[in-house]
Amino acid sequence: MTRHYSALSLFKEGLFGQKGWQQAWRSPEPKPRYDILIIGGGGHGLATAYYLARTHNIRNVAIIEKGWLGGGNTGRNTTVVRSNYFFPESTALYDMALRLYETLGRDLNYNIMLSQRGIVTLAHSEAEMEMAARTVNAMQINGTDAELFDIEDVRRVLPLLNVSPGARYPVFGGVWQGRAGTARHDAVAWGYARAADRLGVDIIQSCEVEEFIVEGGRCRGVKTSRGEIRAERTGMVVAGHSSHLAAKAGFRLPITSYALQACVSEPVKPVLDTVVLSPGTGTYASQSDKGELVLGGALDRVPSYGQRGNLPVLEDVVAGLLEMFPSFRQLRLMRQWAGIVDVTPDSSPILGESPLPGLFLNCGWGTGGFKAIPAGGTLLAHLLATGNHHDVSRPFDLDRFTRGRLIDEAAGSGIAH
Amino acid sequence: MQLFPCPFCGPRSESEFHFGGDAGNHRPEGFRAVTDGAWAAYLYERNNLRGAASEIWMHMACGEVFRMERDTVNHRVAEALALGQGGGDDGMAH
Repeated sequence: MTRHYSALSLFKEGLFGQKGWQQAWRSPEPKPRYDILIIGGGGHGLATAYYLARTHNIRNVAIIEKGWLGGGNTGRNTTVVRSNYFFPESTALYDMALRLYETLGRDLNYNIMLSQRGIVTLAHSEAEMEMAARTVNAMQINGTDAELFDIEDVRRVLPLLNVSPGARYPVFGGVWQGRAGTARHDAVAWGYARAADRLGVDIIQSCEVEEFIVEGGRCRGVKTSRGEIRAERTGMVVAGHSSHLAAKAGFRLPITSYALQACVSEPVKPVLDTVVLSPGTGTYASQSDKGELVLGGALDRVPSYGQRGNLPVLEDVVAGLLEMFPSFRQLRLMRQWAGIVDVTPDSSPILGESPLPGLFLNCGWGTGGFKAIPAGGTLLAHLLATGNHHDVSRPFDLDRFTRGRLIDEAAGSGIAH
Repeated sequence: MQLFPCPFCGPRSESEFHFGGDAGNHRPEGFRAVTDGAWAAYLYERNNLRGAASEIWMHMACGEVFRMERDTVNHRVAEALALGQGGGDDGMAH
């Protein structure tokens, strides 16, 4: 059986009809007891299990997922990875993720198709150029790469962008992060799943949490649709459904769930080789390897658990794209979808122990969870293994809302996420 | 495009409405006697229910603030009531 993925193994398997590939992960029956249980088989949950096994050598671990692996927001995002935030705490977190992404393909022996093609966040006025300079300075001081683009730089990387003075949102320049880019979202989930399974982690799909087992004031596991599963520590990594599960555990969270939409055009030849975000139109776009333009924008402003999305935001996103790139007017939209995202008051995630001892949280990533998967996994694994915060996760504890130490990135970096 | 029922204007486009949080989220009384935890719960914690929810909304066109009984999965609106009507605990009527 072929286990290792390489050009040589692909060639060898090609000679023998591709019949020798080993299954990428097992589908085991749940055991009654594990050292650590993770609820949620998306990117963050799978990464948590992988780092528990690899970094902390804790291998008696299970992930339970009510649907299928990577079928929530991990399979619904627009695949952008970046660390262009304002506050030092945020840069430490998101740049940890980006650095891990840079070597993840090799670490997992799985091609995550990372493409560090750069992201440009446009500035549409002199005032926005000053804010752009402030962002670039902050990012450089916090230790990540950033460059201030003038109009000529923008024209160079985005030749099709409408930069005419008559544009509805004239372009003055922008913030450039060259290490940002895209990665194949499904590959990230599948790569972590395969590597975690290889280290002994049980990945159990179609297994929904019905209630928490609470004994002596501590979370001791869960009752599921496939029986009782006990564990000393449990991690809850369920994004937009965090409040729903938290209610079962007896507490509320500072989270509101919204639908976030994305869509793709029909595939065309290469026309856009960076990621571009316009704060004016609220639209961002990149081009996938298949040639589709991948678009996203703001949240639907109606709290929702329906994974569909409403028409007004979709209209704004498409109108914004056409404002930026008039030549895309002839393209047809091919698919549209939505994921349910968990938005916090300060647009920063929540990492740490929940009000129910023994139950740990990784949630609140809002519209920006995909880019943070390797860091979210590393930090929750650290919490579950040691019971204590990593220095990077400490500022993101739930206690920041009581202490008033919010990390307001919606205000800080102006990124609606 | 979904239509929401404004108790004052009748059915209007969803984009004219602004979400105002959970119905029944009372501001804690007592000033200095209010603990950090109680204040944070009022400011930040949300019911965020999956399914039937009771919410405060504003129709920005006319300024009407009202309570809407709505399902957050299928988006069906059961009822929209002006504050103080229907005997519900709005949390904003005082």
